[in-house]
Amino acid sequence: MNAPTLPTGREAFEPKRPTSKDVAWCPGCGNFGIRNILISALAELGLKPSQVAIISGIGQAAKMPHYINANGYHTLHGRAIPIATGVKAANPKLTVIAEGGDGDMYAEGGNHLLHAIRRNPDITVLIHDNQIYGLTKGQASPTTMVGMKTPTQPWGVFEEPFNPVALAVALNASFVARTFMGYFKESVEIIKKAIQHKGLAIVDILHPCVSFNKVNTYAWYREHTYWMDDHDPYDREAAFKRAIETDPLPLGIFYINKKPTFEENVSAYRRDKRPLWQREPKLDLVERFFESKKL
Amino acid sequence: MAEFKEDVSIVLGGAAGQGVQTVEGILTHALKESGYHVYANKEYMSRVRGGINTTEIRVSSRRVRAFVKRIDILVPFKQGVLTWVRDRLSENTVILGERENVEDEFLEKVNLVEVPLTKMATKVGSQLYLNTIAAGVIVGLFHGDFKAVEEYLRRRFGAKGENVVQKNLEAAKKGYELGVKLCEEGTIAVEVQKDESVKDEVLLTGTEVAGIGALAGGMNFLSFYPMSPSTGVSTFAAQHAEEFEIIVEQVEDEISAINMALGAWYAGARAMVSTSGGGFALMSEALSLAGMAENPVVIHLAQRPGPATGLPTRTMQGDLNLVLYAGHGDFPRIILAPGSLEEAFYLTAEAFNLADRYQVPVIILTDQYFVDTYYNLPAPDVGKVKFERHIVEAKPGYRRYELTEDGISPRAVPGYGEDVVVANGNEHDEWGDITEEAEMTRRMQEKRAIKKLKTVRRNAPLPKLVGEENAKYLVVAWGSTLHVIEEALDKLGRDDVALLHFSWVYPLNPKTKKFFEGKIVIAVENNITGQFADLLKKELGVEVHHRVLKHDGRPFSVEEVLDALKGVVE
Ligand SMILES: Cc1ncc(C[n+]2csc(CCOP(=O)(O)OP(=O)(O)O)c2C)c(N)n1
Ligand code: SF4
Repeated sequence: MNAPTLPTGREAFEPKRPTSKDVAWCPGCGNFGIRNILISALAELGLKPSQVAIISGIGQAAKMPHYINANGYHTLHGRAIPIATGVKAANPKLTVIAEGGDGDMYAEGGNHLLHAIRRNPDITVLIHDNQIYGLTKGQASPTTMVGMKTPTQPWGVFEEPFNPVALAVALNASFVARTFMGYFKESVEIIKKAIQHKGLAIVDILHPCVSFNKVNTYAWYREHTYWMDDHDPYDREAAFKRAIETDPLPLGIFYINKKPTFEENVSAYRRDKRPLWQREPKLDLVERFFESKKL
Repeated sequence: MAEFKEDVSIVLGGAAGQGVQTVEGILTHALKESGYHVYANKEYMSRVRGGINTTEIRVSSRRVRAFVKRIDILVPFKQGVLTWVRDRLSENTVILGERENVEDEFLEKVNLVEVPLTKMATKVGSQLYLNTIAAGVIVGLFHGDFKAVEEYLRRRFGAKGENVVQKNLEAAKKGYELGVKLCEEGTIAVEVQKDESVKDEVLLTGTEVAGIGALAGGMNFLSFYPMSPSTGVSTFAAQHAEEFEIIVEQVEDEISAINMALGAWYAGARAMVSTSGGGFALMSEALSLAGMAENPVVIHLAQRPGPATGLPTRTMQGDLNLVLYAGHGDFPRIILAPGSLEEAFYLTAEAFNLADRYQVPVIILTDQYFVDTYYNLPAPDVGKVKFERHIVEAKPGYRRYELTEDGISPRAVPGYGEDVVVANGNEHDEWGDITEEAEMTRRMQEKRAIKKLKTVRRNAPLPKLVGEENAKYLVVAWGSTLHVIEEALDKLGRDDVALLHFSWVYPLNPKTKKFFEGKIVIAVENNITGQFADLLKKELGVEVHHRVLKHDGRPFSVEEVLDALKGVVE
């Protein structure tokens, strides 16, 4: 029997499985826009669903693998990055994307983000930054603005918001960008560049949560952001200056730093390019080890 | 005159950093090369310098693999050693060494054979040679093969230059001559037969067999965060990473370690994490993920006493309940606990096939005593290692969580086949997408916690019976206590007492029950409650009549087990 031919292009990434069309996002939510952007980026890069693995944490954003046709692993709150690192390390031929919300990546997963920057696996980290916890119904997140009142911060948030872009530049990350999902074309371009970038690419994607964040709306993001037109992403100092601007928030690629990836640094692929699943135990070396233990 | 026959237990004691390990290295290698059976184990304090660390080396004409309390020859490198091992000394113990390392209170009671180690070392050129001299003395007592000492010193110090090698050789030779002289003068007599076949055997540690077993099982990814006493396995893997072309990564914490391993398995690697109880505690979240997502993973857990940081460098079999119940919700797992070094090699290799086949976490429980034990053994038969790959192609229409009779869904990996693989830690349908449907939830729960567990349980191997099938008493043990109990039973010499040893600890094959019928059951465990005895009750309804437990952070000795058993069976 001949296998049915699978679709290509944007159509290939559209959800196909029985329940994958039953989307749990609220109507009007920015997550829909991010999905469209991601599908376009993957299709325009000429990728096939079987070549892409989307590893997500937990949260509304992290439900992405179910609404896109690609390999996917919906994992644990905050753990998408180490899991994605393992996936890429086991099979560098895959295009690996780690995806989650601001709570997922910056709170529960904060430590992993720091160390992923140091480790530099060739994965793309997409953070759906709605400045609020969506799935758990509106608690403050690490990026919530000072003064915002929530059911669990009725006195108004007083913690200084987390600045992921400044943090990433400070740690000399490999690729750092910020976009607002309301700008479709620009966002597709940034995500394409992030995926094509060799090394860890961090993209903070601003998106409104229409259910729980009444401050940072579509209109707010348009009014409080601007595109960096005259910025050299290879200039780290300039990148840092831009990164600490808070209002309006700069959008675009802040910083690019080409350096060896985790997969390039490990010895596993120096001679043998096959993914790990195709390999067999080296029993001759085990034998040789025992031989050496006779002395 | 002090006489030792057949089986000599030598204990060396000194401060951390004083080179007890060097002596241990020289002695075990040289004596094994000379044709003696050797066994060694150390106990050490959780500090980098100072304190007191000791190593026990047994030299025997027969195979020896167990810790004994008895000390025949004690070599103290500092004051305080005798006090530290006070309850292991007897009037037969010979103290070999310098007068100033023996506290006054012992002078009357012990048999001191003075050897001027420091003076001899200074003559060779430096205090540093004290260890090598001491090692030489002991090899001399056995009339061991000096060429073996030479070979070992060359390998060990070769990188430091010919001068260092020569100086050490000179020191060892001086010591050796003195050892021979002590025998000739009739101060000490040692009579242990050589067994030429030992020379062809290998000398291995528990750490090494766990590491090489994993490599034989096809391990190609190891992520870890250092924690005693598991770190040795990660170090071993790191040192072989280039040669075996595998990935070994020290990560930010245990949470990352296991999640990375899960990701690697999802993409088809054979990944392992090596940790201890405290590290495993942090991994329990990811263990649940492995359970729900049916993501294989292999975990090596070297136990040490808890709770919390407990005793970092000591031993206990106290983490069985942890690995049995870690994670929330119901999902199957496999728990293994090798008793011998051979078993550790084959079982660790097999752990990867098991994880691959059943798509469950496979946990290998060792402990400080086990990983730090070494002895000579015939090289394991690498030809006996089976490599099974249970990966299918993702053909169009592939369903990661297809409902099957035996509870095992064919597992595809991303990039192999045209279709996609969707794994999920949320409850899911057959395709891997989130579901909240009652019926699907029920079926998926059943698939994991009942059907799959049943399949694993049915195929679980039976425990090993040592002794008569119709013995009246049945001693039950698991993991690292195997050899100690074996030797104790040997000494007990009663054919109405048999040993049932479990290296496959969970889940238990229902057929296991037959071993217990009509027996008086005695559990021997290195923990305070008898965790395995409780498991037997829960899994098989087996009643354990006596519990022999030890919980001071030290391993059982042959003598202790023997005494305890005598108390029960007489
Ligand atoms: C270990 C753990 N702690 C807490 C939760 C509950 N939880 C689920 S999603 C979430 C935060 C979601 O916020 P964010 O990551 O910003 O994603 P969003 O839903 O806004 O897309 C939390 C706290 C969890 N699932 N697991
Ligand atoms: S809760 Fe907010 S972020 Fe989540 S789906 Fe609804 S609108 Fe979107």
